[in-house]
Amino acid sequence: MTMSTYLEAGRRAVIEEMERDASVWALGEDLGRGGVFGQYKGLQEMFGTGRIADTPISEACIMGAAVGAAMTGTRPIVEMRFSDFALCAVDELVNQAAKARFMFGGQMRVPLVVREPVGMWRSSAAQHSQSLESWYTHIPGLVVVAPSTPADNLGLLKAAIRCDDPVVYMEHKNLWGLEGELPEGDHMVPLGKADIAREGRDVTLVTWSGMRQGCLKAAETLASDGIEAEVIDLRTLWPWDRDAVMASVEKTGRLLVVHEAVTVSGFGAEIAASVAEALHFRLKAPVSRLGAPRIPVAYAPTMEDEARVSPARIVAAVRKTMQPAEVS
Amino acid sequence: MTEGPGLRRDNFDWERFLELLGLMHRIRAFEEEAIAGQKEGLVLGAIHPSIGQEAVAAGVCGNLETADLMLSTHRGHGHTLAKGADGLAMMRELFGRKGGTCGGKGGSMHIADFGVGMLGANGVVGANIPIATGAAHALKLQGSRQIVTCIFGDGAVNRGPFMEGLNWARVFDLPVLFVCEDNNFSATTRTREMTGGAGAGARAESLGIETTEVDGNDLTAVDAAARAAIDAVRAGQGPRFLTCHTYRMTGHTSVDPAAYRPAQEVEEWRGNDPIARLEVALRMAGIEDAQLTELHRSEAAAMAEIARTARETDWPEAAGAFTDVQDVGDPRERAY
Repeated sequence: MTMSTYLEAGRRAVIEEMERDASVWALGEDLGRGGVFGQYKGLQEMFGTGRIADTPISEACIMGAAVGAAMTGTRPIVEMRFSDFALCAVDELVNQAAKARFMFGGQMRVPLVVREPVGMWRSSAAQHSQSLESWYTHIPGLVVVAPSTPADNLGLLKAAIRCDDPVVYMEHKNLWGLEGELPEGDHMVPLGKADIAREGRDVTLVTWSGMRQGCLKAAETLASDGIEAEVIDLRTLWPWDRDAVMASVEKTGRLLVVHEAVTVSGFGAEIAASVAEALHFRLKAPVSRLGAPRIPVAYAPTMEDEARVSPARIVAAVRKTMQPAEVS
Repeated sequence: MTEGPGLRRDNFDWERFLELLGLMHRIRAFEEEAIAGQKEGLVLGAIHPSIGQEAVAAGVCGNLETADLMLSTHRGHGHTLAKGADGLAMMRELFGRKGGTCGGKGGSMHIADFGVGMLGANGVVGANIPIATGAAHALKLQGSRQIVTCIFGDGAVNRGPFMEGLNWARVFDLPVLFVCEDNNFSATTRTREMTGGAGAGARAESLGIETTEVDGNDLTAVDAAARAAIDAVRAGQGPRFLTCHTYRMTGHTSVDPAAYRPAQEVEEWRGNDPIARLEVALRMAGIEDAQLTELHRSEAAAMAEIARTARETDWPEAAGAFTDVQDVGDPRERAY
């Protein structure tokens, strides 16, 4: 085991996969200077300008070129800087990458990874703070991954690079500096498998990405009141680990889905509905969701915090779920 | 146009042009069968015929090797046939039948045949440009001698991906030939009314890409210009841009009566038919009428047989709706 940041873990994943497979390459803006957050620092020196390619500010062409390059025997890592900017390349991802294999009758695959950092950190305002993962879970053909620990960022990014499907890979900007232990060797985390971040008997918190830390903090507070929350970090949103979630809610009888994204039409709705459909008669309380209000993220901290799902808000939502059901 | 180019048989590659004439007949026969099939309900979705534009497909793709890659548009039957795709598989695809080029999953607008380097038609105007650019980028990384040809219409020059893709190809000096098949119309609107500046070629030149313009209804001219551009691209000279001026004899789709254009204009272009023009040139080179007539007849008959076979082919299994979606994640999760 070695200690590493979440950012460094992602960098190690790219290095290991580029060393293992000569068809892997990365393209995006400013990669030669390490990328906007330093995720590619030193990689151009290691692998050359061909395999760590600096590109114009042309998101549509970065994504579209990756689709063409993936059809032509390479495995591109697409860097979008911010998930917000990936919206300039939605046709290339949704109409092209996600559809090509199916609509061409399985003649080829589009093995690419789109790295698009998500989430709120500090005063980045409305165009650099969004969490739009639910959009991509809606698109057949795409895999959607949202890692929350250094070890998972290593193992999931490696798995995403080896996957033959187009993968939307959403790292959280606020986690770049998070430290944790990394296993030695070829550490792979399977796509589609959740991680039980904390065991508990009373309530299941299903979460991912930046909210894992918030849920774990909330769980500590709740434990001091005698409420034992189980925290499930989905890690992969499509496909999501239905078995892990169902098993946990069967045990606890209560579900709260916590995500940073806007609650309305967030991916929490899919999980809540699926649990309600499958386990209606085993539930001790209605399923519930906690996410952001349907407002753009503001710049000033006072207003920005109105969009932030804090540990205190998670605690309050769990307490509400734990109240005895009122029959009306 | 009735004047031939005045070429003599001894300096005119008549064997090659006869072959390309046969290809143009095949393309036209394919689309005439498809339009007839649509009237009968055999073609299920929209089709965008390229009747009148066959010289572009034949002249450009006739200079490509099978291993070369090509990307096309929603109006791509001609390009696809010219790249070497099987006509029967294509007709089955239009009819939504088993054995279609894409197993019935794509239809006319999403035909691809990777076996002959045809990397797909595209339902989104201009979307093939970044994809072609990326395919060329991969070929360059791999040190391949293959090249990519990307064919799009004049409407595509007003989309952002046109600028992004051309700029990218120049910046990375990629082996890609861009072909603007200028048929004058962006769907049902005249492109020049919606385009600032001097249009496709001028935009390519502004990005540092060497550009050629050619009469797209003159097969011999398209052939020569495409060969020169393809040779330059294959020699590692970076991207080239070729504009072929032509005219769409049908509406935007097969069911668009195209009443928005004057009949006289259509008639003038009918007199400029690329097949008739090549036949004139071949006659002047000494090819007998009987041979030309037989070529037309045999291609039309072969296509009629293809259409007959296609209509008798079974539907694909419904279960195919769940295959080739993705490896990770079960597409049957929420199935009925």
